[in-house]
Amino acid sequence: MALSRLSSRSTTLLQPLATTSLLRRRHISTDTTPITVETSLPFTSHLISPPSRAVETSSQELISFFRDMALMRRMEIAADSLYKAKLIRGFCHLYDGQEAVAIGMEAAITKRDAIITSYRDHCTFLGRGGGLFEAFSELMGRTTGCSKGKGGSMHFYKKDASFYGGHGIVGAQAPLGCGLAFAQKYSKEEAVTFTLYGDGAANQGQLFEALNIAALWDLPAVLVCENNHYGMGTAEWRSAKSPAYFKRGDYVPGLKVDGMDALAVKQACKFAKEHALKNGPIILEMDTYRYHGHSMSDPGSTYRTRDEISGVRQVRDPIDRVRKLIIAHDIATEKELKDMEKEVRKEVDAAVAQAKESPIPEPSELFSNIYVKGFGAESFGADRKELRATLP
Amino acid sequence: HKYLFIFTEEINFTAILTSPSISPLRHSPWGKKMAARIHGGAGAGAATALSTFNPKKLVAPSRTNLPAARSSKRCIVAAAGSDASKSLRVGHSQKLIANAAVATKAETSATTGTGHELLLFEALQEGLEEEMDRDPHVCVMGEDVGHYGGSYKVTKGLADKFGDLRVLDTPICENAFTGMGIGAAMTGLRPVIEGMNMGFLLLAFNQISNNCGMLHYTSGGQFTIPVVIRGPGGVGRQLGAEHSQRLESYFQSIPGIQMVACSTPYNAKGLMKAAIRSENPVILFEHVLLYNLKEKIPDEEYICNLEEAEMVRPGEHITILTYSRMRYHVMQAAKTLVNKGYDPEVIDIRSLKPFDLYTIGNSVKKTHRVLIVEECMRTGGIGASLTAAINENFHDYLDAPVMCLSSQDVPTPYAGTLEEWTVVQPAQIVTAVEQLCQ
Repeated sequence: MALSRLSSRSTTLLQPLATTSLLRRRHISTDTTPITVETSLPFTSHLISPPSRAVETSSQELISFFRDMALMRRMEIAADSLYKAKLIRGFCHLYDGQEAVAIGMEAAITKRDAIITSYRDHCTFLGRGGGLFEAFSELMGRTTGCSKGKGGSMHFYKKDASFYGGHGIVGAQAPLGCGLAFAQKYSKEEAVTFTLYGDGAANQGQLFEALNIAALWDLPAVLVCENNHYGMGTAEWRSAKSPAYFKRGDYVPGLKVDGMDALAVKQACKFAKEHALKNGPIILEMDTYRYHGHSMSDPGSTYRTRDEISGVRQVRDPIDRVRKLIIAHDIATEKELKDMEKEVRKEVDAAVAQAKESPIPEPSELFSNIYVKGFGAESFGADRKELRATLP
Repeated sequence: HKYLFIFTEEINFTAILTSPSISPLRHSPWGKKMAARIHGGAGAGAATALSTFNPKKLVAPSRTNLPAARSSKRCIVAAAGSDASKSLRVGHSQKLIANAAVATKAETSATTGTGHELLLFEALQEGLEEEMDRDPHVCVMGEDVGHYGGSYKVTKGLADKFGDLRVLDTPICENAFTGMGIGAAMTGLRPVIEGMNMGFLLLAFNQISNNCGMLHYTSGGQFTIPVVIRGPGGVGRQLGAEHSQRLESYFQSIPGIQMVACSTPYNAKGLMKAAIRSENPVILFEHVLLYNLKEKIPDEEYICNLEEAEMVRPGEHITILTYSRMRYHVMQAAKTLVNKGYDPEVIDIRSLKPFDLYTIGNSVKKTHRVLIVEECMRTGGIGASLTAAINENFHDYLDAPVMCLSSQDVPTPYAGTLEEWTVVQPAQIVTAVEQLCQ
């Protein structure tokens, strides 16, 4: 999402280097001039020496971070309204507040690296190159959705971008992720798999089983625990004896990352990818936060205070952090960023409107894609007279 | 198509033979479909390691009756466009009946001579090895499949040949390694996941149901999951309740998977190969007690149709549907029934999901009576579904209600006699047929 408007901007004045700060101001006439930014917090590590706090980025990257995160935020808020308008039904798990994890990860890897995550997958799908229109169509159950309307909110997939979903059962994606890593090792692709799970899933047995296997066979798996401190309605301290999720790998090295800082996430993911390709699995714990409740049926305020939520929003919001960085480095003005957000909003509204017009699936779609190649058998509806389809 | 049945004098249940004359049939003008059926019929090989259940106690027919001496209806020569089958003369069979001990050898002389004899687990291994040779994406994962050679020797020698990455010894974590296999399959690998005992796969039920069965659908067709999940199940010899489970009843509702049950070395190899080549997830049910069945199978490559039932013995009076180990109990009972004058049609349904209603339907339309003999529990078993399917589809053709003989709804006891009473025995089958054919 490179911004073409910036290139027409005039350069700013060069400011002298501040000796105590590591922030260096450069010309922004070229979009990709490297800028080095320090992460907000140091990395905490387990069994490994952490990467440096200094992250290389560029104005182009920061602007793309901002825009993409704003897009994700806007999409989730639009999904919230659509759910309340009963256009999205069932379960809808929103990712706002956690965008930095998706964005930072994408910045560190390629489309050949696989990502698999849980049901909170809308933004990860977008990060992998999924379109707004496909996402909204899928949420509203239309045929134009990424899973043809048959998956729903929890089942977004994008095979050509190595995005493996989208899984409803907590923790079930951990063995799948190790399987993806196994396949990458088997086929000798120099790629890694990022298996994302939450702090709630971190207590699942299958996670430890998968971890054991991955470590035993040196699979290129990066297990990422998105720790938003609440497993549905249960706080971290009430469900885990040891909330240091990055240490839970025991013999597997781990890294704790500030998940609200997109640059820290990028650095950690880059580091993890290099590690996984050479030495086998590594655990990343992303310290992040979700503003919404667990899902749309959860207000999110019965187990935590509104002050806590607004506190995090004020101090740690990922989009605000990047906004401040951009302004501090004079890459764009406040007004330009606001314009960008307005543009994003229009884009999301347009996608929603288009998705609302999309067709609902045909009845015959009920029976398609159950088997890869069906058996020509006939299938009857409940009354055995009306709804009939031939399994393709 | 016709078959030669050689019934033996042996008290020991282990010597029921049929002529396997397989290779001539393959070149017949009939399609492979027909050939598969015939092969299936000819495939009930010598069961050398079946139950110690002594038929003498429960079956009370006269053992001096030679079926061959009776009307030609019961002794049919395998017909094919080949001269080799002509050698299967009725007289020849009489000689075999007299001395079943050499029956195996005589069998080989009766055929054209091609083909090789092996045990069922070797047939599975052969199929697996051929597929692994053919396609580098095929890999095996399971407990003790590699260096140990497999707890039932199905994967013996494969690790030496293909290496540790293709024949993976997993730690004991069914949930994780089944999930792993499915994840690998999402990218295009074709894992064959072995459960050391089918019962252990209950731990992986979530992965099998949600990810294996449903991913193709919920992803809108983006991912295919070409896994094969296989393992031995069924009631063994006093293995205890937890190791004698029949999981086909639990898995049968999962949409998106296919289930097949092998019963002879011939169809074991054929189904294994077909399952590996299939793009759908397939669960291949083997049986602990059938691994040592011996049979002669063709040297040439062949595959069995996954969705097809096998006609074991055509008949006129009643259709008996069965699968896996119960096939042999049914054939044992069939011998008695034939002596009593009945002509049962025995079909090994093989495909547990979906049912081959075409073959079954044709049979029902011919005989108008159905008996299902299965090893599943009565409640919610394969037989229950099959009864419903037959009633729904072929109700007009039935002269009597569909009867289903299943195992008792109990955990399998350890004591030998109790265990015998848990599963269906040939005498019960005979009684049921007599009841239905009144």
